[in-house]
Amino acid sequence: MSKWLNPRSAFGIALIAVALLGLPFVAAMGGQAWVRILDFAILYVFLALGLNIVVGFAGLLDLGYIAFYAVGAYTWALLASPHFGLHLPIWVILPIGAGLACFAGVLLGSPTLKLRGDYLAIVTLGFGEIVRIFMNNLNAPVNITNGPQGITLIDPVAFGDFRFSGTSQLFGLSVSGPIKYYYLLVALAILVIVINLRLQHSRIGRAWQAIREDEIAAKAVGINTRNIKLLAFAMGASFGGIAGGVFAAMQGFVSPESFSLMESIMILAMVVLGGMGHIPGVILGAVLLSILPEVLRYGVGPAQMALFGKMLVDPESLRMLVFGLALVLVMRFKPAGLWPSPERKRELQEAGQ
Amino acid sequence: MSEVLLKAEAVAKHFGGVKALQEVSLTIRRGEIYGLIGPNGAGKTTFFNCMTGLYVPDGGGFVFDGAPLIADAPHQAAERGIARTFQNIRLFGNMTALENVMVGRHVRTKAGVLGAMFQNAATKAEEVAIRQRASDLLHYVRIEERADDLAKNLSYGDQRRLEIARALATEPKLLCLDEPAAGMNATETAELRELIEGIRRDGTTILLIEHDVKLVMGLCDRVAVLDYGALVIEDVPAVVQKDQRVIEAYLGA
Repeated sequence: MSKWLNPRSAFGIALIAVALLGLPFVAAMGGQAWVRILDFAILYVFLALGLNIVVGFAGLLDLGYIAFYAVGAYTWALLASPHFGLHLPIWVILPIGAGLACFAGVLLGSPTLKLRGDYLAIVTLGFGEIVRIFMNNLNAPVNITNGPQGITLIDPVAFGDFRFSGTSQLFGLSVSGPIKYYYLLVALAILVIVINLRLQHSRIGRAWQAIREDEIAAKAVGINTRNIKLLAFAMGASFGGIAGGVFAAMQGFVSPESFSLMESIMILAMVVLGGMGHIPGVILGAVLLSILPEVLRYGVGPAQMALFGKMLVDPESLRMLVFGLALVLVMRFKPAGLWPSPERKRELQEAGQ
Repeated sequence: MSEVLLKAEAVAKHFGGVKALQEVSLTIRRGEIYGLIGPNGAGKTTFFNCMTGLYVPDGGGFVFDGAPLIADAPHQAAERGIARTFQNIRLFGNMTALENVMVGRHVRTKAGVLGAMFQNAATKAEEVAIRQRASDLLHYVRIEERADDLAKNLSYGDQRRLEIARALATEPKLLCLDEPAAGMNATETAELRELIEGIRRDGTTILLIEHDVKLVMGLCDRVAVLDYGALVIEDVPAVVQKDQRVIEAYLGA
């Protein structure tokens, strides 16, 4: 506990808190679009930390993580929209969403956890696609998900009369919807960071790490590897479900398109690029990878005009090109991720010698 | 409490056409150091793996501490009180020595996800106890000054000791050591011997697989010899040493 009382770290925390509080108002000067980009960055932090439990802590490569996000999003969409005429409150929907995602995690995990590495990756990839295709086709014979059209007019997050959509007057300030969601997401992200940190340094966290290091030795000291791995899957999936619910409420609209394989890979890239298993690294990876494409989206067009006086390459393609190049360069020069844990850094350095 | 701790009854294991174990029956008594020797490929490690649940025997079975052992359930073997080390050391390389032993406490502790999230008093107390027990065990095997080093950076002899500490953390009734002296020099072997005798004095039964015949004969109360997957003899060292079949097996008659 003493390190929290240390004046320097207390000052650091205060500084971060002020920055986090002020950030959306700074972003709002560039337009509400930037606040929304911030919102998504934090949503991705939340998702990446959920996936980090599975990939970073337990070492199980999951390429279908977006499926749990989809389950959470559709749970919110179906239980709080005119589609079924249901408008349940948040404290009912979020636990149901997390629970269903958790169940989906166990469902996927129990038959597949004997597989390792590449094989597990392929099965989870398939699972992710199956969920998306289900959402796409569950509109007949009974219309459950409304198919590719998706579900619209989804209720925003609301606590009693306080709604997170639309502008409201708070403390004499006019606060827009995205800014309100920003604070909600920051609160959720802090919660998931605390849970991640506590899990990492617990009996369960050590068991995950032991399985990642040597599964046979882990069994020999009495770790029920199947259950402990399943637990990692279930935990990661629950976080995905919660993120999905907030996503649906924030967007007001869900469709299967949002849950493509590309999204799963993106979240995995955040975890790997930031530094697998290292919480600050994963946060950095998520923030960078969600903001960088947007900066490029607004940046590459004008940059070309300024440099060459005309558009040489379609900004949309150039954006992905620059983004891909950045990923390759990071993996080439920082193979352990941008901000790896000290142990992992040492590990890779030794392997390279 | 019966005198017999482990009874192997006609344990058999085949790998394709190779009969790795042929109806091996033996008995380990409480409190003894029991040696299992034999030439390379005699089936010693296979026997170990069957007993600790890593392999499923094709025939026969084990009775441990008065109840049968379930095959194919390594974590249950540990729960019942069988701990092991590995011939080719298997530590959690990127965890510290202390953390390795803390993992060994897993099976005797019970904090779950909720406990970790909410950090209730019971979880905190358990965590303190785990840490304390783990550092005591590092002290017991005399590598406490390496507690914060990564396991993979320890010297070979210290890694062997760490593996023993991790196994002891599960509070075993039977500690199985698979060639613990392999690759050790004379001094290290002597120290290891002291350690094993100490563990026995503190009440743990020991099953020792070893190539170093001198160590086995000096240390063990009883010895079993395997050759081509079959039990040749099970007796006190003095008798085993003089047995013609054992001499033949080792000299390759």
